[in-house]
This record gives sequence, C-alpha cells and structure tokens, in this order.
Amino acid sequence: MQAYLVRRLFESALILLGITLVTFILLYLVPADPARQIAGRSATAETVQNIRDQLGLNDPFFIQYWRYLTALLQGDMGRSYLQRAEVSELIASRLPASLLLMLAAIVTELIFGLTIGIVAALRRNRPADHGLMIFSFVSISAPQFVIGILLLYVFAVKLGWFPIGGYGTFSHVVLPAITLGFLGAGWYSRMMRSSMIDVLGQDFVRTAQAKGLAKGRIILRHVIPNAILPIIAMIGIDIGLFMSGIVVVESVFGWPGIGQLAWQAIQRVDIPVIMGVTMVSATAIVLGNLLADFVAPMIDPRIKTK
Amino acid sequence: MKKLLLTGVAGLALTAHMASAQVNEDAPMGGTMVVTYKDDVATLDPAIGYDWQNWSMIKSLFDGLMGYEPGTTTLRNELASDVAISEDGTVYTFTLKDNIKFHNGREITASDVKYSLERVTNPETRSPGAGFFGMIDGFDIWNAGEGEGLSGIKVIDDKIVEITLSRPDATFGHVMALNFASIVPQEAVEASGEDFGREPVGSGAFKLTEWSPGQRVVFERFEEYHRENLPKLDQVTFEIGLEPTVALLRLQQGQADVPGDGIPPAQFLQVMNDPAQADNVIEGGQLHTGYITLNTQMAPFDNVAVRKAVNMAINKERIVRIINGRAVPANQPLPPSMPGYADDYEGYAFDPEAAREMLAEAGFADGFTTELYVMNVDPNPRIAQAIQQDLSEIGINAEIRSLAQANVIAAGGEADQAPMIWSGGMAWIADFPDPSNFYGPILGCAGAVQGGWNWSWYCNEELDARAAEADAMTGAENEDARIEAWKSIYLDVMEDAPWVPVFNEQRFTLTSDSIAGDDSLFVDPVHIPVNYDYIYSKDAE
Repeated sequence: MQAYLVRRLFESALILLGITLVTFILLYLVPADPARQIAGRSATAETVQNIRDQLGLNDPFFIQYWRYLTALLQGDMGRSYLQRAEVSELIASRLPASLLLMLAAIVTELIFGLTIGIVAALRRNRPADHGLMIFSFVSISAPQFVIGILLLYVFAVKLGWFPIGGYGTFSHVVLPAITLGFLGAGWYSRMMRSSMIDVLGQDFVRTAQAKGLAKGRIILRHVIPNAILPIIAMIGIDIGLFMSGIVVVESVFGWPGIGQLAWQAIQRVDIPVIMGVTMVSATAIVLGNLLADFVAPMIDPRIKTK
Repeated sequence: MKKLLLTGVAGLALTAHMASAQVNEDAPMGGTMVVTYKDDVATLDPAIGYDWQNWSMIKSLFDGLMGYEPGTTTLRNELASDVAISEDGTVYTFTLKDNIKFHNGREITASDVKYSLERVTNPETRSPGAGFFGMIDGFDIWNAGEGEGLSGIKVIDDKIVEITLSRPDATFGHVMALNFASIVPQEAVEASGEDFGREPVGSGAFKLTEWSPGQRVVFERFEEYHRENLPKLDQVTFEIGLEPTVALLRLQQGQADVPGDGIPPAQFLQVMNDPAQADNVIEGGQLHTGYITLNTQMAPFDNVAVRKAVNMAINKERIVRIINGRAVPANQPLPPSMPGYADDYEGYAFDPEAAREMLAEAGFADGFTTELYVMNVDPNPRIAQAIQQDLSEIGINAEIRSLAQANVIAAGGEADQAPMIWSGGMAWIADFPDPSNFYGPILGCAGAVQGGWNWSWYCNEELDARAAEADAMTGAENEDARIEAWKSIYLDVMEDAPWVPVFNEQRFTLTSDSIAGDDSLFVDPVHIPVNYDYIYSKDAE
C-alpha cells in the first residue's frame, strides 16, 4: 500500500510537471504578444521592446520556462500583466468562493441524483422510472448556460425567491449550486439506478427476503448501503467536471470564483494568471483522482489497490 | 428615447455655449447609484488603466491639470487655475488652484505634477500611455531609461510648474486631460508599490472605500473635493460579475441604475420596443469609426483602383441594419462628433455596377480571391459575412478568418499577413476629442511598422508632413485653420482609399428611474458609460 502511495504521488507530480510544460508551450505559441497588450495602441515599437525586455519575453523558450518553473516551486506564480497584482493573491481571494460553490454542488447532485436513482430502481420499468430517466437524460444534455439563465429568470426575476446573481448569503448559493449540480445529478441518478438494480438481484437480498425481513428494512439497511459505495468513490473524479462547469456557472451568476478570473484572463492574454489558474485546477483534478483511488478501497473493500 | 447628436465644429460651438447648462447647480446632493459590469476592474492606477470600464472610474477618482466641461468635448482647467502658453507655443506655465487636496488629506503642490508625469513616462512603470507625452522636452532620453527625470518639467514654486515642449503641439491640452496625466501622491504610490492600482489615492470627486474582487467596488464622496457641491451622489457602487443579460434583469427589478456594458444586443429591440424602457434610453454619438482596412502593400490592394472599387461595393446601410441600427453609415475616417468631420463630403456611394467596371479596368475582370480577418465575437462574424457577400457581387472571393481579438491585432501588425481586416471590436475610439488622434497610429507612417496599428500599411509622406504642420498650429486664433487643415488631410486620405469607413457606432445608455441629470451626462464623450460626478439621485430630492 505504501509503495503504491509513493508511486501514485510520483506519477501525479510528473503529470503536473507535464501540464506546466504543455500549457507553457501553448501560451508561448499564441500569436498574441502580451507586451503589446500591456503597451496599448499608442505605444511606439521601442516601448513594446522595452516591456518585452523587462518581462523577459525575448529570452529563449527554455530559459523562460526554467525561470517560471523555479519560481513556481518556490510558490511564486508571478504578477498579473494587467492587474499588476500577485497571481497567488488573485487566486487566493477567489478560491474560497469556488470551493464553496463546488461543495454546495456536490451536496445538490448527491441529494437529487441518489434520490432519483433509488426511486427509479425501485419502480423499474414503470412510468415513474421512465419519467425520471428522461429527466436525467435532459439534465446530462442541457447546456449549463441555458439552465442557469432559466433558473434565474423563473426563480429570481419572476418569483423573486432568490437574488439575481451575486455572492454573500445562503440564498445566493442555491441557484448556482443547482445549475452546477444538475449535470452531476443526471449522472448519479443513472449510476445509482443501475447499482441498485445490481444489488437487488444479488443472493444476499434473496436470503434476506427468505428470512422474512420487511421490505423497507432490506432496502434501507442492506441494498442502499451496498449500492451507494461505488458512487461515493466517484466524487473525487467529479472535481474535473466541476472545474470546467464553474467557468460557465460563475459567469452566469456573477460568482466571484476562479472560473470568472480564468475567463477574463484568457480574454486579455494575461499569461501569468492563465498559468496560475490552470495549475490550481490541474492540481485539484489530480488530487481528486488520487482521493478517489485511495478513498474508494477504504469505504468499499471490494475495490483493491494494486 | 432621447437623442443627442453633436455634429462637428457646429456641435462644438454649440456645446461651448451650453457648457454651463450641463451643470444643474440646484440638483440635490445625496443618494446612491448602482452600476453593473461583467468583468472585474483590471486596475484603478491612472498610469496603467486603459479600458472603457476603468477609464471613467479613474476620472472620478483622480484629477489632472486639465479636464472637460461635463457632457462636452470642451477643455477646462481642472487642478490648474491658470494656463499660460508662450508665444512660440512650446512653454506651458500651469498655476495650481489653492487648497486642493489628495484623498489622504495632503495638499497638492507643483512637485506632485512633476512626479506624476515622470512616473507615467518612466519605462519601469510600463504605462500604455507613455507615448502620449512624446512632445515634452527630454521625453526620449527619460523614456529610454536614461537621465534623471523629464528635463522639460520645472517646478518654479509650490504653485507653479513650467512644461517645455520639444515642438509646438496643439494637442498638449488634451494630453494633459488624459487619465495618464492624473496627479498622484508620491508617498501613497511608494507605500503601495505595484498594488497602487488596488489602493488608489487621488484628488477626484470620489474616493475608493471597498474593493471585493469579482464582487463590488464602492466609491464614496470625497468631502474635500475642490469643486463646490460635487459630486452629487454620496456613493456609487459597481456590481461586478454580472452578464449584460443578468444586469438588464436587475435594472428591470430596480436593483441597478446603469448597465455599464450597455444593452445586450439580443435584448436591444425588446428594450426599444417597450415604451417605458425606451423612454429611459439616451442616444448619443461616439468618437468611434468602424472600418475595413485594405493592405496597401499586398497585391491586389496595392492598386488604388481596386481599393476604390471595394469602397463602392460595400452596402453600409445593410450592415447598420444587421446591428439593429446602433450606428450611422460612415464615409470618412472621422466620426461626425469629431471636429474636422466633413459634412458636405459624399464619399464613395454604394454602386456595385460601377465597382465591377472599375475592377475590370484595373485588370481584374474575373475578380480575385483574398482573405478578410475578423474578431470572432458577435456581431462581427455576421458583419464579415455581409461584407463577403457584397464583395462576391463584384467578383471578389473573400475567405473569412475569424480569430480571437489578440490574434487579429497580431495579424494586422505584420506587413504581409492580412489583406483585409474588419475592425469591429478593435476599432479606433479616440483617446481625446481632437482630429489628430485618428491619424498617427492608424493612418500615418509611424503606425505602418511591425506590431503597429496601421493595418492598411498606408504611408503617405506628404500627408504626414501636413499632419505635423497642422499640429504645430497652436493658439486659439489658429484653431479654425488647424481644423480645416485636418479636414483636408482626411479627405485626401480617402482619395487613396486605404480604408472602407463603414459606420460610426452610436451609444445607447439605459438608466433607471431613480437617477437623473442632463442627457449629455449619460452619453458624455469622455466619461463612458456616464459622468459619475454630476448625475444625481431623484431619491435625494
């Protein structure tokens, strides 16, 4: 187990290193010149050149990359070209909002996904099951942008139950969390349904029925706990899904998280910020996968580490 | 809908007359206003901020020596009480007003002026505005990172500063009214370092009291502001992170007063067709021209007949319809609200038949294939398709290259890459209301360099010489002759047809019922979207 842990950690570090290299190459190859973005349109060619020198943009690729990497290992992500602020501060000021949103979305998708999956499995092949599965299909396919605007319009503007975007109180988090969790709810309901059906067909369930246990007790005490385990193990992998979702959801609801930061940085070719957000989200995804690999065997001994 | 249109010199003369009418002295003080924006504020450092969002915010936080009468393009003294210009137009002597203070309570002195101008031109500041100060004596040495400051700026005493120019320049007054020329306190800049843009200290009507990244920025009245009874509002809150569509919903619910990013294109007709909302829309001109550049150094656009033929082929009325009439068709580089605009010029009328003939005479009877670069954000690709269709009518097959903004700008800066560019989303909006601002970087030889903004790569040395001559005509008595000189320069540019001027965008500002002020304040040519200092709250009445 320990050797496995060490190997997985080493692999993860390697993956992150690879991500720094690939992102750096991509941003290096972008034809847009950040020095010109900073210099503005009234700048002379000398001013632009001067800025390139100051930022070290004239150095060969590997020198630039090495400088970035050594600084990164010391925890220095550089300063934003346009805001001139420390990238680490920009991210730190926005990370709590994104984490809160993700946590709320996980709770939402589990509540909705598991409930729907359980009901559908118990009513298998009946109208309720068909209806719920159509719903889950819609939630998987619907674009988050549309869902977000729709929820805003109905529940915030027409009914006035929630604020129209923004951040601060519990009521601010409800609609963005539902929008972000909607997709996951669809996935979880499908997985929970098939996992339940799996367990329902197993011998120990038949034995329990033969012993004369009440149906509700069998479902609650034996079927659901067994069916839920493989699903809980998936949450770590969800983080990757959320990382792409928050860019859209944060921009619809004006949620001050790192997705919004990333979107603005990309539009303005603010390379240090793009690199910073990419590294933070990549680290989150790698950690999520690690967690999934290690937590899964702990809560479900049937999954073996190798 | 209320419409405000200032046309050329006549408009200017008119506004100079009405200048005092914009300021309602009796307007009540107090109340608040909420402005929404999608993007976070990049910076509030006046040496660095250079986008539409922070431009007018900085104007309310900082002051320069010069400024503009609210709602107009007329220069006025801001921190300066008096400006004396030497006979030859090269020495400006500014006297500061008495009792003017920074937000930190310290009095502003002449050495603050010297410090501020040296800071913005110091290469280590990396200011996008440094280039505007090229006429100040000693700029070239200082901006190259040598010497001890700008030799052209002399502090005479606490109140008087003398600025010597290396050449007479009629635009200097406007340059001193740019945000980049704002006066900043040295001690605050040094205490904050690179973070000055987040902790700005100026002398403007408002001071910054809260900045929550991605959420809100709050301005509050500066009690010791140097103008009496200003600002009108106690507080302006900028709510950040709201999509234009969401911002509109907030405004309709009475939770916002001005959508800073404007009316979203998709909802524009809906708003304008609803009388209650349309009544709160104020339309005004903008110092903007949208144009197609024709690369004069790439065949076949090196042939002036081809460029003229393209000018006649574009149906500008139809393009204006595509953007729901949010613009007026253009026929020359200058927009109608800019001094020097030629009212009587007819330009190249839309005539595909004549265009086809002209193209045939130039030896392209069968047309040719070329590329049209465009920024990939709506409505620009749709406009490019309309241009493509117009060109195909005269036999030109233009392939559309739809790219991110930075990539189009990069392509335009290469001599042999982009034969045609539709400027939408990147088009020229004047930095200051003077005709010279539409020439140098985008039509002059200086801009026709690698990485420049002259995407036509048009370089006419005779016109460059005339432009330099016009800008040397300083003094109020020469103003009319100078404007005439500029007018003829732009008309001669059109003879060479390096551009197809397509339209001038109009501004449509939507407001809530709870704020008010003269209409011109809501389409202020230098404060976009609105002039925060003079608007008042009806609730305060």
